[in-house]
Amino acid sequence: MFFGIEWDTSSQWAFAVSIFPILLHGLVITLEATVVGFFIALALGLVLAALKSAPTRFIRWPAKLLTEFIRDTPLLIQLFFLFYVLPEFGLTLPAFLTGALALGVQYSAYTSEVYRGGLEAVASGQREAARALNLAPARTFTHIILPQAIPRIIPALGNYLVSIMKDVPVLGVVTVLEMLGVARIIGDRTGGYLIPLTMVGGIYLILTIIASLGVRYLDTHLPKRGLSLK
Amino acid sequence: MNNATEIRDATESSDPIIKFDKVVKRFGDHVVLDELDFEVQRGEKVTIIGPSGSGKSTVLRVLMTLEPINDGVVYVGGEPLWHQRRGDELIPAGEPHLREMRSHMGMVFQQFNLFPHMTVLRNLTEAPVQVLGINKAEAKKRGMELLEMVGLTDQADKYPHQLSGGQQQRVGIARALAMRPKVMLFDEPTSALDPELVGEVLNVIRSLADEHDLTMLLVTHEMHFARQVSDRICFFDQGRIKEQGKPEDIFTAPKEERTKAFLKAVLDPDD
Repeated sequence: MFFGIEWDTSSQWAFAVSIFPILLHGLVITLEATVVGFFIALALGLVLAALKSAPTRFIRWPAKLLTEFIRDTPLLIQLFFLFYVLPEFGLTLPAFLTGALALGVQYSAYTSEVYRGGLEAVASGQREAARALNLAPARTFTHIILPQAIPRIIPALGNYLVSIMKDVPVLGVVTVLEMLGVARIIGDRTGGYLIPLTMVGGIYLILTIIASLGVRYLDTHLPKRGLSLK
Repeated sequence: MNNATEIRDATESSDPIIKFDKVVKRFGDHVVLDELDFEVQRGEKVTIIGPSGSGKSTVLRVLMTLEPINDGVVYVGGEPLWHQRRGDELIPAGEPHLREMRSHMGMVFQQFNLFPHMTVLRNLTEAPVQVLGINKAEAKKRGMELLEMVGLTDQADKYPHQLSGGQQQRVGIARALAMRPKVMLFDEPTSALDPELVGEVLNVIRSLADEHDLTMLLVTHEMHFARQVSDRICFFDQGRIKEQGKPEDIFTAPKEERTKAFLKAVLDPDD
């Protein structure tokens, strides 16, 4: 029994059917961690991107160093830092939040590069034309640069959403009961790992395909209004 | 306000509208403008020719405030462009001064630099509405007039990528004119165009050259066109004016060896 749901081991089919709702409980946690982590990554990445294009190198360099550090170290290190080291300094976060934060921090390094790349891909001639026309810097950013950068940024961000979802099982090591962890516990308790693990793999496959289709849909249907991105 | 009046007064007198006074521009160790002295009179049509790297485009980019200078003073309408006056002193200009000065100039870019996510008409109305504060209906009306001038009224609602290069550049010219500049800067306006599209752009520039009040500064490799529309040709070499004069003099009887060699190379490229 798990999450108040009994499993039925009378046949393999019955077992699969009976543990499906249990796995769905885990799936909800997985999706929640994905979404929270993604939003943290979006926000933190924006901050990092801004710092990395700051006018002074005393801000730029530390921001770049931090990005590199995050990118070149395993997600588990960020996770352990947040889970084990922060409490040493008196800050204890719930396991779920710790996990989502670790995902967000890890992926902010990537999203910050997406933002920066998207903004830099807008041709310098666009800034020059805006300047020659005396458009204010803020107006130039919001109405000339951003509209041209966003169609490049969004599909790339979507790909990271899928990656985050696939990284959620790592949170199992800090006791977050996400879907794969749930499957393992079912295996531990019933002695049958094949079916729950296969089902989790299947569910992941379906989710990834749906998300990829979504990203592709966004890619082709985002209003580009005259932008050719090739 | 005071500034604007001064400039109008200055431009109506016989003072040059543009004056480079020993202007130096460096990119790293490379000297692009070498103590350049250069003047343009109000309403004058001047074409700058010369080999690549001679500083031709830099003159325009300095005037458009896209490229700061390292030394010397540039005057537009009697007012320093990259400096502002404090008492008797000239100090580096702040953004408000640059904004004010920039409003006298319009620029046409080699790569057009139209805003690709805006329709043709919106390209023409964005800055007049946002910068000059003209209301939208008025800006559209004026935008359509400008499109009529460049022969593109039927393209108003299209996006730039749906237009040919020649059409895009005509929009580029209209967009610059929409800000009502006193000085138009053309930075190799036909260099990115397929040969068969060059003529339509040159025709638009030619019709502008007939406007008495408009000062025009043109960087181009279209020598025959330059000869037709210019009051004066300036041959640039190594960041300075090597030779200048009336088109017929420069093209038929250049004095400097460097000018002769350059003209021979561009006019008879097969030799």
